[in-house]
Amino acid sequence: MHVEIILFGQLADIAGSSSIVVNDVSGTDALAKTVNILYPGMAAINYLIAVDKKIAREDTALSETNLVALLPPFSGG
Amino acid sequence: MHHNSSSYERYERQILLKEFGRTGQQKLEQARVLVVGAGGLGCAALQYLAAAGIGCIGIIDQDTVALHNLHRQVLYGMEDIGHFKATRAAMALRRLNPAITIEVFNERLTVKNALALLRAYDLIIDGTDNFSTRYLVNDACVLLNKPLVYGAVSRFEGQVAVFNYSGDGQPAANYRDLFPQPPAAGEIANCAEAGVLGVLPGIMGALQASETIKLLTGMGKSLANRLITFNALDNQLYELQLTAQKNTRNLIPSDAAAFEQMDYDGLCGIMPDPLEIGQQEFDALRTKDNLLIIDVREYDELPAVPEFDHIHIPLAGIEDKFPTTEADTIIVFCQSGARSLQAARLLSGKFGTARKIRSLAGGILSWKQQH
Repeated sequence: MHVEIILFGQLADIAGSSSIVVNDVSGTDALAKTVNILYPGMAAINYLIAVDKKIAREDTALSETNLVALLPPFSGG
Repeated sequence: MHHNSSSYERYERQILLKEFGRTGQQKLEQARVLVVGAGGLGCAALQYLAAAGIGCIGIIDQDTVALHNLHRQVLYGMEDIGHFKATRAAMALRRLNPAITIEVFNERLTVKNALALLRAYDLIIDGTDNFSTRYLVNDACVLLNKPLVYGAVSRFEGQVAVFNYSGDGQPAANYRDLFPQPPAAGEIANCAEAGVLGVLPGIMGALQASETIKLLTGMGKSLANRLITFNALDNQLYELQLTAQKNTRNLIPSDAAAFEQMDYDGLCGIMPDPLEIGQQEFDALRTKDNLLIIDVREYDELPAVPEFDHIHIPLAGIEDKFPTTEADTIIVFCQSGARSLQAARLLSGKFGTARKIRSLAGGILSWKQQH
């Protein structure tokens, strides 16, 4: 199963792309684990996970139709 | 409210909008808006809010204008360098619209002054450039029940949202429903480290002004309980729905007394660096022999410092232009302490432990405030 993830801010810089696809993740917890292994720089950032434009605070089941986004906080003004 | 003919003419093209009309204009004239931070976001928002005729605009910023601000902080020009941003922004806005009131605060927003200051306004705009103040403003707005129009930028991307206001009876989300806790120091790069496209805070600040005008007049559908992100490189807009979480309130100080005890810098991991010294230690050291004090600001930066002997080497040349000296203690200072800390790190790298290198924490601005 492929899940498309869109990345914002520093997360896109770390991945070198504004979207990535990860395989075989059943939920958001597994997704975060996989992403943090693929891109160790991301593990240091406290980003939020959104599924279909809603924040996923707890482990949320994923299917191929879900749009996942990872957003870091921005501080600049 | 009575409109004389020149005031009608000034606002005619927005009064012509039937959704806005004379009633909308009156609502703006009666409104009091506080802009926290007169940087890239603040400059853009301020310009449109003043032009639109917001009756009273407060500006709080402790910083002074520097040359590297001018690519994005469009209210300032060369003659403003070294002067307080809030003062200079107010001057520019008064030229634009002398009919409105501008209140200037050349100081940092702190747990001590925030509640009294924010209480005097109807709506707050977050144009700050650091997490510590963002969480402080957010928490103060929750305690005071004030709508907060949030904006933040990094490199080519920006975020805008309306916090602490729902308009439809739903619980209102705030910044801590988005990011409950501040990131650790160094986790997220700021503009000084990561850079920012000059026009980007202009776009996001203009969006903040637009949301403010909508909230004050009741037009349209605001970004309440929504966050949008914009990427200038590919023009992608992404919208995130926000929901007030039950637990969020536990993260926010329960009342004014608890708020005043908060250490937002500490929460954001802003701990004193071992290379930094406070004002007392600086004053004790600066009368000693074998000491060299260096101003690492640009040559034209104000205020001047006649109070003690020092030499001048801007940060960019601190290693190459460092003079031959017998001094065993070297203290560097700048405007607010950031560049001098960088200089202290560079010099420590150069000299190792052979010399004692220190940076004046808080910079010359806060030193002058205490002297």
